[in-house]
Amino acid sequence: MAELWQALKDAIHLIVSRDPEVIDITWRSLRVSAASTILAALICIPLGGLISFRNFWGKRLLINIIQTLYSVPTVCVGLFVFLMLSRAGPLGAFHLFFTPTAMVIAQTLLIVPVMLGLTISALSGVDKTIKDTTLSLGANEFQAIWAIIKEARFAIVAGVLLGFGRAISEVGAAWIVGGNFAGYTRVLTTAISLYSQQGLFALAMALGIILITMALVVNIAVNVVQQRR
Amino acid sequence: MSLTEAIDVNQRFGTKAVLKDVSLTVETGEVLAIIGPAGAGKTTLLRLFDHLEKPSSGKVLFDGREVTPRLRTQVRRKISMVLQKPVVFDASVYDNVAYPLRVRKYDRKAIPEKVNTLLKTVGLDGYQKRNARTLSGGETQKVALARALVTDPQMLLLDEPTANLDPVSLNTIEGFILKFSRERATAIVIATHEMAQGQRLAHRIGVMMEGELIQVGKPEDIFYAPSDMRVAQFVGVENILRGRVATNEGGLAQVGLNSHSLEAVTDHRPGEEVHVFIRPEEITISLQSPSSSARNSFSGEVKLMALSGPYARVEIDCGFTLVTLITRRSAEELGLKVGQQVHASFKATAVHVISRAGSG
Repeated sequence: MAELWQALKDAIHLIVSRDPEVIDITWRSLRVSAASTILAALICIPLGGLISFRNFWGKRLLINIIQTLYSVPTVCVGLFVFLMLSRAGPLGAFHLFFTPTAMVIAQTLLIVPVMLGLTISALSGVDKTIKDTTLSLGANEFQAIWAIIKEARFAIVAGVLLGFGRAISEVGAAWIVGGNFAGYTRVLTTAISLYSQQGLFALAMALGIILITMALVVNIAVNVVQQRR
Repeated sequence: MSLTEAIDVNQRFGTKAVLKDVSLTVETGEVLAIIGPAGAGKTTLLRLFDHLEKPSSGKVLFDGREVTPRLRTQVRRKISMVLQKPVVFDASVYDNVAYPLRVRKYDRKAIPEKVNTLLKTVGLDGYQKRNARTLSGGETQKVALARALVTDPQMLLLDEPTANLDPVSLNTIEGFILKFSRERATAIVIATHEMAQGQRLAHRIGVMMEGELIQVGKPEDIFYAPSDMRVAQFVGVENILRGRVATNEGGLAQVGLNSHSLEAVTDHRPGEEVHVFIRPEEITISLQSPSSSARNSFSGEVKLMALSGPYARVEIDCGFTLVTLITRRSAEELGLKVGQQVHASFKATAVHVISRAGSG
C-alpha cells in the first residue's frame, strides 16, 4: 500500500514537473487522435448529410450496419489495418507500417461508424420542413444539405467529440499498427500498458491520470454542447 | 402566355389520390386564392407549383416551359414559397432573410441594404441580431414573408399565411400581400381555408375539394353563383333548395318548390330539375308585407334565432326553411323572437339556379 502511495506521489510529481517523456507521449496522443478525429469528421459530416438527405434503396439497412459497427473491437480494426499496410498487404508499398500515419488511419476507421451514425441521427433530429424551406428559397442540393448540417451543429459537434474520446482511449489498434516505439509511436494508452507490465507504476499512473482527465474534459464538453440544444 | 400552368395534374401518395385532374393557370400580377377545407389538396398544389414535388401524371409549366430536373433549382429561384407553419433557421433574423440572396450568389455588398430595407417594410427593423427562433408566431411569419420577398420573386406561393395569427398581425400581413401585388406585379397564390380571406385579397378564386378543382372564377362568381352544391355549402350559401323550372320568359323564371314557387333570373328552361341557391344575407325580414322591389316574399314563423357577434342568424319556416342573416341591431329593432310570424323577401337576382343533372 505504501508503495502505491509513493507511486501516486511520484506520478503527480511527474505531471507537475512536466517530465519530458510524459509531455512527449501526451502530445503524440493528442496529435494522432486529433488528426484521426478531423479526418473522420471530414468524411462523416458530408457523407452523413448525403445519406440523411437522399432516399435510396437499403438506406435503413445501411444505417443499421453503421450502428452495429459502433462497437467494433479496436483490435479487429488494428488487425485489418495491419493486414492492409504490412509489407505483404495491398497497401504495403506505401511503407506506412509502424508509423503514426498508420495509427491515424486505424483510429479514423475505428471512429468513423460512431461519428457517422451520430451525424445521421443528429440530422434526422432537424425539422423536416427545413429541407423544403431551403429548397423553396432557392438552395441547390448541396446548399440545402449544408443548411441542415448547420441546424444540427451542436449535436454533430457532440458526435465528433465522442469520436475523439474513443480514439484517444483505445489501445488495441494503436499498438498493432503503431508498434509502441518509444519517441515515435508510443501514445498514452500503449505506454500505460507497457509500463504497468514493466512495473513502472509511477509513470503508468501519471499517464493514466492525464488520460482520465482528458476523457473527463471531453465528456464535459459534450454535455455543454448538448445542452445548447 | 401564363406565368405558370398546371395541365391535367394528378398526384397520388400510395393509393390515395390527393389531386385529381387539376388544370389551372396563374397570370403575372394576379392574386389567386385557392380555398377549400383542410385536406382538399391545396398544399400539394402549391408544392407542385414550386416544383418541390413531381406530379404522378400531368405537367406543371413555368414561363411556358416544362421544368426538367436540371432546370428545377433555376425555376425555383424565380419563385418563393412560404410554407404553412414556416420554420426559420437557428440563426439571426438578418441571416434568415439574407439566406435566399446568399444561395443565389447575390452581390455581397448589396445584401445588407436589401435585407434591412425589407425588414423595415415588414416592421422588424431592429430585430436583425435576434435569434429567429426566439420570435413570436406573428414575428416568425413576418420573417418568413421577408425571406420570401427579398429576391423579388415572379411568383409568391403562400400556404395559409395567416393561420394562427391574431387579428392585428393578420391585417398587417394581408396589407403586405396586397402592397407587393400592386407594386411589383408579383403573381401571388394563396392557399387558405378561410373563404373571407380569399374574398378580401384575390382577383380570382379557385375552390378545391377532395383533390378536385371544382370552380375557378372571380370572387363574386364563387360567392353568388357557385357552380355546384359543395362549393355553395363551403362559401356559406345556407339556402339550397330543390326545384323545377315552371316557366321562363326572357330570363325571368318561375321555379316550383313543392307547394311554393319563386322567381329567379336564369336561363334554365322550363321542365329542368334545378338547385336554387340563396345567400342568407340576401334575405330581408319584415313584420308587414314587404315593399315592391323584392319579387319573392314568403310569410312564415321564426323557428330559431342565434346571435353571433354583430349578426343574428334566423331560421324561418315558410313551408320550407329559409335561413337569413341580419344584423343584430335589426333583429332587436324588429323585436324578433321564436314563434313570431314574419315576411322573408329577396330579389329575383339574389336567386342562383344551377342544373341538378350531375350535381346530385
